[in-house]
Amino acid sequence: MANFKQKDNDTQLPRAVGLRRILRWFYAACALVLILDIVIHRHVMHPWENLLFFYCVFGFVACVILVVVAKWMRKPLMRSEEYYDND
Amino acid sequence: MIELPSFVIFFIGAVGALFLRGRILASWAITVPVISGLLLVLSDPTEQAVTMSVAGIELTIFQPDRLSLVFGYVFHIAAIFGGIFSWRMTNPISKATTLVYAGSALGAVFCRDLISLFLFWELMAFSSAYLVVCSGSTKAARAGVRYLTIQIISGLLLLAGAVLHYSQTGSIEFTHMGLSGTAALLIFIAFGIKCAFPLLHNWLTEAYPESTPDGTVFLSAFTTKVAVYALARGFAGTESLIYIGAIMTCFPIFYAVIENDLRRVLAYSMINQIGFMVCGIGIGTELAINGATAHAFNDVIFKGLLMMSMGAVLYRTGKMNGSDLGGLYKSMPKTAALCIVGAASISAFPLFSGFVSKSMVMSAALEEGYMIIWIALLFASAGVFHHAGIKIPFFAFFAHDSGIRVKEAPTSMLIAMGIAAFLCIGIGSFPQLLYSLLPYETNYSAYDTTHVLAQIQILLFSALAFVWLKLSGIYPPELRSVNIDVEWIYRKGLFTAYRTGAYIVQTLVSYGYTLLTRLAKRTFRGITRVTGRSSRLASERTVDLMIVSVVVSFAVFLVYHLLNL
Repeated sequence: MANFKQKDNDTQLPRAVGLRRILRWFYAACALVLILDIVIHRHVMHPWENLLFFYCVFGFVACVILVVVAKWMRKPLMRSEEYYDND
Repeated sequence: MIELPSFVIFFIGAVGALFLRGRILASWAITVPVISGLLLVLSDPTEQAVTMSVAGIELTIFQPDRLSLVFGYVFHIAAIFGGIFSWRMTNPISKATTLVYAGSALGAVFCRDLISLFLFWELMAFSSAYLVVCSGSTKAARAGVRYLTIQIISGLLLLAGAVLHYSQTGSIEFTHMGLSGTAALLIFIAFGIKCAFPLLHNWLTEAYPESTPDGTVFLSAFTTKVAVYALARGFAGTESLIYIGAIMTCFPIFYAVIENDLRRVLAYSMINQIGFMVCGIGIGTELAINGATAHAFNDVIFKGLLMMSMGAVLYRTGKMNGSDLGGLYKSMPKTAALCIVGAASISAFPLFSGFVSKSMVMSAALEEGYMIIWIALLFASAGVFHHAGIKIPFFAFFAHDSGIRVKEAPTSMLIAMGIAAFLCIGIGSFPQLLYSLLPYETNYSAYDTTHVLAQIQILLFSALAFVWLKLSGIYPPELRSVNIDVEWIYRKGLFTAYRTGAYIVQTLVSYGYTLLTRLAKRTFRGITRVTGRSSRLASERTVDLMIVSVVVSFAVFLVYHLLNL
């Protein structure tokens, strides 16, 4: 698997666009929709929708599961780029 | 007004394109769909049918209705922005092929009998296969051949189903058939292949990313949407489609997260979006069919926009892997902005087009009581934002700075993307424009507080998950790699199976040969022992005895006879 390793510097989001400022606004927006969840009365069709913060928790958990499972899938599925070259 | 089938205009246009060069050719490829589109909008083609009699069979080659018109309109739009995007494609054969491809897609949705459908189906297969191979690389050529093989299999299944259907019912009319009998099943599988049903999907993810920047834009618009239309006409309300659709929405997103080639990420995400349509067709209520059709309409535009933005990146940088790109917003800010509009649309952000159509399918699933399906669709909605909404723009234009400095995309490409982006926002903001075109009358409103808030919550917290995973380093980095999918079966598996099978057969044959030889030797030895020279049967004494016994028995016989006289 050694040939898959590369310098991973893309955890560094672009500083030039003012990452911190953007993230601060982003967290504020998340907090706002959390508050709206309590304030706004919604007419629901699925019983789960009555749960507090259902969509927020669902969105977050779904994506974490998606990424963790996909990352795990790499172990059995990932091959080098030349894998099919002599087919 | 005389009804002129849209495909005729396109085919005439294609012949014309072969004789044109340069800018005239480029303008011609835009003019043809514009003229055909205007004719379609200005006339009322639902009034009468254009029929043709071939070998005693009446073919209905052009009879639009509300369902097919939605697809017809959006195919024109796609042909127009595709034509503008490929302004710099100067090869007359390629241009003509795009016109034939678009024309046959229009022919397929506007015809109303199975034989014409088959003919357009195959024409689409050949013209699109040309677009796959036209990038000229060996890899594309191989992918193109595999693509064509699978498309032809789909066509043959359709033909077999059509012939069987004709022999059973005496009719070749293409109308609602449902999943009853072998004929319908064959046709269903034929549609399923083009629709990229799970396990039959790999032709799409393999071939589309191999085409040229322009070719993929056309490819992404037509084939799969024709299949969606065909399913909606023939198999609306077939329950198995709900489950097939739900699987289609969920499984490709895992692949999309770990895929490095960004156009292949979009190909996986295309299967995910078709899943929503297939699911809606399976539910089969008016709201669901409207939702599926509207989503197909929107998908052609926003997927086209995303494919164009990636095409522009590929055109300028020559690279398409997430691991090689990054930081391009500095060089290509307009392309980046347009790509984000496409990303917001596919993620179904309120005010963008995906939102007004996807929510129809999800509401229909809830209304009909498919709770688990609804959960699956909700999961897929969160996932699509993750892999298409964030991943595509992030790894191409932001992420780490790859150091690539190029020019902004050419004006023609920006105009094409601009038109698509304008439509994404326009439809998202004024959904009634789209709703008025749908097959059934609808008073559906996507913009109520419940829907909007729920969607914003799910999207923001999906994004929050991305931020957390990225900052904590859990998010898998883009790596140069390929991921094994169903294609492994026919690219590696069958070969391995053949080799193993051949070995087993060879061993069995040689073992059987040895066994037979041994058996034969033993049998001959046995026979020799009884009849050979030194055997009892061949000894002299036995011969004497035999002669004596013959003579004696003859004498006894004579005596007996004598006595009887």
